[in-house]
Amino acid sequence: MICLENVAKNYETRHGRVSILSGVNLTIAPGEKIGILGGNGAGKSTLIRLISGAESPSSGRINRSMTTSWPLAFSGGFQGALTGLDNLRFICRIYGVPTENKIAPVEDFAELGPYLREPVRTYSSGMRARLAFAISMAIEFDCFLIDEVVAVGDSRFREKCEEELFKKRRDRAMIIVSHNATYVKKHCDRAAVLNKGTLHHFSDIDMAYQYYDGIMKNN
Amino acid sequence: METGEFPLASSLRIQGRVIGALFLREVITRYGRHNIGFLWLFVEPMLFTLGVTALWTALKSYHGSSLPIVAFALTGYSTVLLWRNMPSRCIGSIVPNFSLLHHRYVKVIDIFISRILLEGVGATISFVVLSIFFIAIGWINLPEDVFKIVIAWTVLSIFGAALAILLGALNERSELVDKFWHPMSYIMFPLSGAAFSVDALPPSVQEIALWIPMVNAVEMVREGYFGSQYRAHYDFSYLVIVTLILAFLALIFTRIAVRDLRQE
Repeated sequence: MICLENVAKNYETRHGRVSILSGVNLTIAPGEKIGILGGNGAGKSTLIRLISGAESPSSGRINRSMTTSWPLAFSGGFQGALTGLDNLRFICRIYGVPTENKIAPVEDFAELGPYLREPVRTYSSGMRARLAFAISMAIEFDCFLIDEVVAVGDSRFREKCEEELFKKRRDRAMIIVSHNATYVKKHCDRAAVLNKGTLHHFSDIDMAYQYYDGIMKNN
Repeated sequence: METGEFPLASSLRIQGRVIGALFLREVITRYGRHNIGFLWLFVEPMLFTLGVTALWTALKSYHGSSLPIVAFALTGYSTVLLWRNMPSRCIGSIVPNFSLLHHRYVKVIDIFISRILLEGVGATISFVVLSIFFIAIGWINLPEDVFKIVIAWTVLSIFGAALAILLGALNERSELVDKFWHPMSYIMFPLSGAAFSVDALPPSVQEIALWIPMVNAVEMVREGYFGSQYRAHYDFSYLVIVTLILAFLALIFTRIAVRDLRQE
């Protein structure tokens, strides 16, 4: 279970305090898949950072009794001077997982060939994304955070990602943050819409999408 | 997951694991696998110390004690490495590593501690290796009281660590910390006791000099090293109290920094 209770997040800026999120409530049960829709600047990334634990809420509580992934396919944590393999080892060490039996699957999935043993800074953005996704699959979580990004790589790679994530790991909880309603509809049980820092829940994804559409038109 | 353990034991184990991972990551990032690789960790500070030693020897620097200049430079400059490099590595270390915080187990303090450990290990190995080298070739004598050196070195390391975490955390509030640290550390180098002996100062100045925490540590290291040949002046309890206060402030400001963290 992941439970956000009355969560608010403010940032101090030069123009004073800015409220990004306020009164956000969200509960994710094991195996549940929830989509979060929101336009640019609605606070989606902030919400993801709060759920992942990278930032703490200004007020309210976040309880986690499930292990939560880092935002999936997120490649910002890569150190360019390190090889792909070094980065895999680093992640495995952090999560206390032995690296040895993870190398083959990552090698196989990321299709980097000898580049796995070259510094990440020599990678193309597609290669980085493939490595990032492959490493994300090396550690198992109860809940996966997916931030917009599964649209990486070519269509064949995307299919592989779908297979890994939504077929092999369909028993896990997922939080998918996106402005792509089709994607959310395909993979989620329910959806919520972030609007002006508040989260509106809908049991029906179509209603969530209508509401979201309405906001987008009014802007 | 970790179960069947006391929560504290399990937390400590996770933290140890994370710090170890960050430490190795930092070693490979900084020293790579080229030429001598991670040996640079202590070869670099050794070169600094040797350079300063050579320079002071050539200039016949006056330091106001009867100690050989090599002994003086080794004990002095090695301690500078300890309190100067730790803060330099911690200031500004959060922003480039922000994305690591997405991994649930990685905390800001772990980023600081891993960097501090790296500097501490480098400076310590450099000090020990150079000591053994100069003792082996007969330029300095065996230390008279190794235990005293270890105590002084350890407390100074904790002092450096506390200062590093405090400045690293404060830098998140204001980048002025970074701007001021460079001139400050440069000015503090000669004032830190590395380049003078307290005994050679006029008594009124001695008292002022001992307000500088590092001076107390350097004097204590020298007493441990040279004991009977060196008249040391220091106040160990003062050094410990300052270190504890710094450590306390460091933890408070790290908490504040964590609360106010935001990604660019």
